[in-house]
Amino acid sequence: MIRATLAALMSHWWRHPLQLVSLAVGLALATGLWTGVQAINGQARDSYDRAARLLGQNRFATIEAADGQRFGQARYVALRRAGWQVSPVLEGAMRVGDLRLRILGVDPVTAPPDAVPRTVTGGGSLLPFITPPGVAFAAPQTVSALDAASGLPALRVAEGLLPGVLVVDIGIAQRLLSAPGAVSRLIVAPEQPVGRAPLADVAPGLVQRAPQARADISRLTDSFHLNLTAFGLLSFAVGLFIVHAAVGLAFEQRRTLFRTLRAIGVPLVGLIALLGAEIVVLALGAGLAGVALGYGIAAALLPDVAATLRGLYGASVPGTLDLSAGWWLGGLAVAVLGAAAASAQSLWRVWRMPLLAPAQPRAWARASARSMVAQSALAAGLAMAALALALWGQGLVAGFALLAAMLLGAALALPAVLSALLWGAERTATGALAQWFWADTRQQLPGLSLALMALLLALAANIGVGTMVASFRQTFTGWLDQRLASELYVTAASEAQAARLRTWLAPRTDAVLPIWSVEGPLAGAPGAVFGVADHRTYRDNWPMLRIQPGAWDRVAQGRAALINEQLMRRAGLVPGDMLRLPGGHALPVAGVYSDYGNPRGEAMIGVDLLTALYPQVPRLRYAIRVDPAQVAALARALVEDFGLPPDNVTDQARIKAMSLGIFEQTFTVTAALNVLTMGVAGFAMLMSLLTLSTMRLPQLAPVWALGLTRARLAWLELGRALMLAALTMVLALPVGLLLAWVLLAVVNVAAFGWRLPMHLFPADWARLAALALLAGGLAAAWPALRLLRTAPADLLKVFAHER
Amino acid sequence: MLLEGRDIAKGYDSGGEHVQVFSGVSFSVASGEAVALTGESGSGKSTLLHLCAGLDRPDRGQVRLDGVPLGALRDASRARLRRTRIGLVFQQFNLIPSLPVAANLSFQARLAGREDTAWTGTLAERLGLTPLLRRYPEQLSGGQQQRVAIGRALAGRPGLILADEPTGNLDEATGDTVMDLLLGLVAETGAGLLMVTHSRRLADRLDRRLRLSGGALCR
Repeated sequence: MIRATLAALMSHWWRHPLQLVSLAVGLALATGLWTGVQAINGQARDSYDRAARLLGQNRFATIEAADGQRFGQARYVALRRAGWQVSPVLEGAMRVGDLRLRILGVDPVTAPPDAVPRTVTGGGSLLPFITPPGVAFAAPQTVSALDAASGLPALRVAEGLLPGVLVVDIGIAQRLLSAPGAVSRLIVAPEQPVGRAPLADVAPGLVQRAPQARADISRLTDSFHLNLTAFGLLSFAVGLFIVHAAVGLAFEQRRTLFRTLRAIGVPLVGLIALLGAEIVVLALGAGLAGVALGYGIAAALLPDVAATLRGLYGASVPGTLDLSAGWWLGGLAVAVLGAAAASAQSLWRVWRMPLLAPAQPRAWARASARSMVAQSALAAGLAMAALALALWGQGLVAGFALLAAMLLGAALALPAVLSALLWGAERTATGALAQWFWADTRQQLPGLSLALMALLLALAANIGVGTMVASFRQTFTGWLDQRLASELYVTAASEAQAARLRTWLAPRTDAVLPIWSVEGPLAGAPGAVFGVADHRTYRDNWPMLRIQPGAWDRVAQGRAALINEQLMRRAGLVPGDMLRLPGGHALPVAGVYSDYGNPRGEAMIGVDLLTALYPQVPRLRYAIRVDPAQVAALARALVEDFGLPPDNVTDQARIKAMSLGIFEQTFTVTAALNVLTMGVAGFAMLMSLLTLSTMRLPQLAPVWALGLTRARLAWLELGRALMLAALTMVLALPVGLLLAWVLLAVVNVAAFGWRLPMHLFPADWARLAALALLAGGLAAAWPALRLLRTAPADLLKVFAHER
Repeated sequence: MLLEGRDIAKGYDSGGEHVQVFSGVSFSVASGEAVALTGESGSGKSTLLHLCAGLDRPDRGQVRLDGVPLGALRDASRARLRRTRIGLVFQQFNLIPSLPVAANLSFQARLAGREDTAWTGTLAERLGLTPLLRRYPEQLSGGQQQRVAIGRALAGRPGLILADEPTGNLDEATGDTVMDLLLGLVAETGAGLLMVTHSRRLADRLDRRLRLSGGALCR
């Protein structure tokens, strides 16, 4: 019985291959986009974990300076003498050509087991590692990239290291980083002798920190990954719309079969079980294709994501995928669960269907009238929830919940709104054909509504994200002009060279402004403190959001600090509040400046105070004010006469181009996902129209028989799709703008800590509208062409009961 | 002559085989004449009716309406002819589900640009549809739907009514009522009628009978 029933059920798919394709592709796309995004996130998180694991940051306590700065190794020696089982680490960044390297200096002799990669300490590696000229371990791709680089120790490949990381002996690190005798932190071994002297007595100014459960970098990048996840979820939802439509139609068309099967003795439970098994088998097949697609998407997007994470956050993520079996199985599970969710309603209907239910398929329009009311009520509920979240919601999760409620509410409300508009058009139509066109379109709505909802979501996402990105770009460009007021930026290779550079520049320029900073915790999160010279460059140009009278004077005198918007929002600080700097010194906040694109909190204090509080601050970077006509000559002289490497001299235009490049790359992935979502929506529309076209003949044949040509009917079908796409676009516009507002005013603020002004870009909307019409037109073209080519004999089958 | 068929042949391909439905069929229907087209199942009655409506083309021979050979016309011209000169009544009614009864009644006449609201009103009255004008097809019984279909076919005052078993889906009493209305109204408008039917009783009520059998027309 099972085989016969299954054969009867499966025969539907052979007769309707398009539905099968629609279901499989919908599910594969949904799974692909979701698993793709998960693969990217997973790869990045794995990299952060590896970074934290590298020196045992996630397992070992550390001892650091209270202000987060480096300290002298004499303190380390003092602690060892006092019995402390600690091992020094020096960490820093250096540039070799275009490559930015993170140098990790370790002492493998004193490090606790597993705190240092086994490759470094194992076998015969130890001796060459700790004795000059030393050995540097790096990931294979870093070794290849550095092959011809000079000034580095001999390179050795170490599997498992992150790209861009160089592990060397601490002595080598001190030389490479020009930090003789400096230590960043001490790793504390788990086993410590009893009765050792307290830390505060042996090394005052140092503090012990518990192992970090998560790497600092993962805290910074959380919001970036949450954005990706939200997009993945949106694409997944759009894909499930297709699956829901295909499964719903397949079940609807088989109602007669279900009734017959039950009438001839197939038990209801058996029927449901077989239908469930059918869904699972289809989901596994489509899911497998989807997971492969997800791998492809992730592999294609990962280099851009890696570049973004590197450019924006300094996080090192390999540009290649390394996925576990769990990811593949998880992808399949997502496909099965998605298919189950999309089929649940249809299975429930079969479960509830009385044995003697009318055999003919229900009239979609009538059945949908009831569900449209329920759907509209749900949409209203979601709109209320969105409003409540907008008014009282806090944080990023509330922001995304607001987005979800708003988008889902708008999508659910779409059929009712379109139906009302079409009803109005029908009422005002005068011609018979026009009246039929509107009425027939309204009747088509239930069959098309899921595709149109998917299109609405994709269009609204495009408008919203597009408006956000374009607003960001416009604001960011203006902000860069303000922020990068100096004509030239130079970096000295050493403190001695920096001193000579200042002397050399003094007579040749209008001003030499230090760009000196120290890194350290601000309001409990990674941050940085910059020293600022008292110069009109800052007073005239610095992009201030809020400022107290006399703020610049007080900053110059070391009596106040300026903070960036991120720190203001994260720490809830306003002008007048006290800010605690790394190391404990506190200053009142005198103003807030905008700092787009920077994930960290930052503060600016007078440069004299900075050098007083942090005497070891590197004094290598400078901004130079000079007559713009002299920039090229000065840059040349800096290289040719003074002897600075060309890479250490950067003009304003190049920095702007670099900043904009990082900015553009940040949104490359967003734009790619946006296009993919549009593609999924277009596919949903095509599949719905194709599926409907096979059911349209009974409605179109009488109109043809009454005197319309197939060509005219085909044009009307095309026009219908274009009109629905256009109406959906018009309705998507306010939804998209609301989405942009939520992204700019709620999500961005919660995720990145800055709020941008919203700009409107009608030309972009016009382009998107053209794209929507093109998608609608292309989706409708095939069914319309099929109708045009339908042989009269096929149309006559609608009427013919005999030949 | 209103409708004329000369030496018509029609067949179709099925499963790689050519099936000849009929050949050498010649007939005529005059204005004001009601002709029954009978024959066993599969004899090609509906196919012949579709050829007469210009919905399909014969493999051989000619169908002429008002002397115009339908086979020579382009698709658009045949569609115009159907709009303006022919009223079609189907067994399955084939009303437009998205339009209310009133719009269905006047649909073809309005398509042809010859709507006569007074005549449509009269038809609705005569067919007993006045109280149902705001309803949708799905809310009507089979008899009511067929009355709407007859009204739609007659609303444009066509010269020829082609009916394909118009009472085939109705019970006898309802079928008789519908036939009475159809024949009365056709006579009133002076249109010609060619009606496919299985029923000898119904065929006897018409002026003449054509019988398709064994792929040929028997008189």
